Amino acid sequence: MISASSYKKGLALLLPWAAVVAIWTLVHYSGLVKPTLVPTPAQVTVRFWQLLSNGSLPLDMLISSRRVLTGVALGTLLAVPTGFLLGWYKSVHFFADPLVNFFRALPPIALIPLVVVYFGIGETAKVVVLFYAAFFSGVIVMYEGISQISPIYIRVARTLGATDGEIFRRVIVPLSLPHILTAVRVELGVVWATLVASELIAAQNGLGALIQNASAFFQLDVIYLGIICIGLIALAMDLTLRKIARRFLNWQERISS
Amino acid sequence: MTAPNRIVFDHVSVSFRTESGTLPVVDDVSFTVKDREFVSLVGPSGCGKTTMLNILAGFVLPTSGSVTLDGAPIAGPSPDRGVIFQEYGVFPWLTVEANIEFGLRLRANLKSVTERTNVCDRYLKLMGLSEFRKAYPRTLSGGMRQRLALARAYAVAPQFLLMDEPFGALDAQTRTAMQDLLLEVLQKEGKTVVMITHSVEEAIYLSSRVVVVSARPSRVRCIVEIPFPYPRTESLHEKPEFLQLRSRIRDLVMLEYAAQEQQTRDAAPH
Ligand SMILES: Nc1ncnc2c1ncn2[C@@H]1O[C@H](COP(=O)(O)OP(=O)(O)OP(=O)(O)O)[C@@H](O)[C@H]1O
Ligand SMILES: [Mg+2]
Repeated sequence: MISASSYKKGLALLLPWAAVVAIWTLVHYSGLVKPTLVPTPAQVTVRFWQLLSNGSLPLDMLISSRRVLTGVALGTLLAVPTGFLLGWYKSVHFFADPLVNFFRALPPIALIPLVVVYFGIGETAKVVVLFYAAFFSGVIVMYEGISQISPIYIRVARTLGATDGEIFRRVIVPLSLPHILTAVRVELGVVWATLVASELIAAQNGLGALIQNASAFFQLDVIYLGIICIGLIALAMDLTLRKIARRFLNWQERISS
Repeated sequence: MTAPNRIVFDHVSVSFRTESGTLPVVDDVSFTVKDREFVSLVGPSGCGKTTMLNILAGFVLPTSGSVTLDGAPIAGPSPDRGVIFQEYGVFPWLTVEANIEFGLRLRANLKSVTERTNVCDRYLKLMGLSEFRKAYPRTLSGGMRQRLALARAYAVAPQFLLMDEPFGALDAQTRTAMQDLLLEVLQKEGKTVVMITHSVEEAIYLSSRVVVVSARPSRVRCIVEIPFPYPRTESLHEKPEFLQLRSRIRDLVMLEYAAQEQQTRDAAPH
């Protein structure tokens, strides 16, 4: 049963989206820009059905999602231990921090020529670019999180008789989980934003390739469709992660809930 | 016939290295704590009380002199010394129950599931937290967190209890209730206690001896015997002897607070 309040809430959630679509439509008909430069939502929807039914859009979405998830998974796998080292050992942080910030500032797109030289133009190259983006954004989040862990909990555990290993497993790990989840969320955002760049590397498929091919043929409706798909998948992934976080980290104090 | 000394501070000094040189924090402190004694340290803020407790807990080493526990120097933290920190440090990611059981799952004091449940049940009941066993600390009040910290420390059955301003953050009513609860628990399971407090009344009400500590660096100003027998009840607060002791210790303490304030003012940049 849907209560009146949850019905209202659903409506309120749809409102900003409806507003965006309305403004978009208005821009098309306003005469401010050439109507051919801004496809209508209806045109994009038609294109959506067409690419959906011929199976190419689901395939592109799947391939891009797989690249993104691989990049994020590998990035997290390395960012978590690196973040631990940086957050835990002041000397490691002292030496590594400038390096991390140096590499973090480089736009992945600028690295593409080098990636092509070292990794070719296959699937590996694309994942390497995404991994790069994921790792450096994840490491910062992990480092900041780990270094904020209050030493009081470690002291308490010690007075109760905990060994170093027990402190790691029973105190550090649970306190790090929220930061790992935040790192994954940040990485997902950054990696989706890098996807189109990574698919500049001779990609035949994927949403980034879809957008680039469409631009070659000036198919603006396809470009719009590709962009919307990227945004929606990224949003869905973020919502899922937040759900997981709420489920497993319900001990956390939140400013708003 | 007196009980044996369990804790011995013997000419203990501590100084910390800071950016502006070495800071002497504890200076030639000597005192002893006998078995089942309740000793309170009172003294101005920043004088070095927590530092002394940290030596007992095993987190700080004396720069000179020695602190011994049953005749042996302190090697580090151990579950035979329960510590109640100024900021409690209840584990926010664990439920009330899991907080209490934390120590019992460690190799140092591993207990079976049934034993754990028994211990947990006992302290939940004692501390009045039974209804909240599945709750996370974020939903607890300050007083409840304090009781939880106490229950968690008690669960591993320490012989010593080291408490750093355990009731400092509580309102007057909760504070009184917690003091009585502490006395009640100690009556049941005798422990040797060292407590830091800023409240002279609290020190007298709970302790068998009160150590008045000077402005930084901490020196022992004087040690006052509190002659009232246990069990004590709140009516003690009105006794003329209590009031006399209170004004005597308060005078001593006020002098040190003033000295510390002067010191802080002198140290401040002009
Ligand atoms: N690890 C440390 N390194 C340098 N200085 C320290 C360290 N620990 C404590 N101090 C200094 O030693 C002095 C005494 O600190 P301590 O925490 O023992 O005071 P306290 O008597 O417990 O004060 P309060 O009543 O405010 O809790 C302070 O000036 C503090 O800055
Ligand atoms: Mg202190």
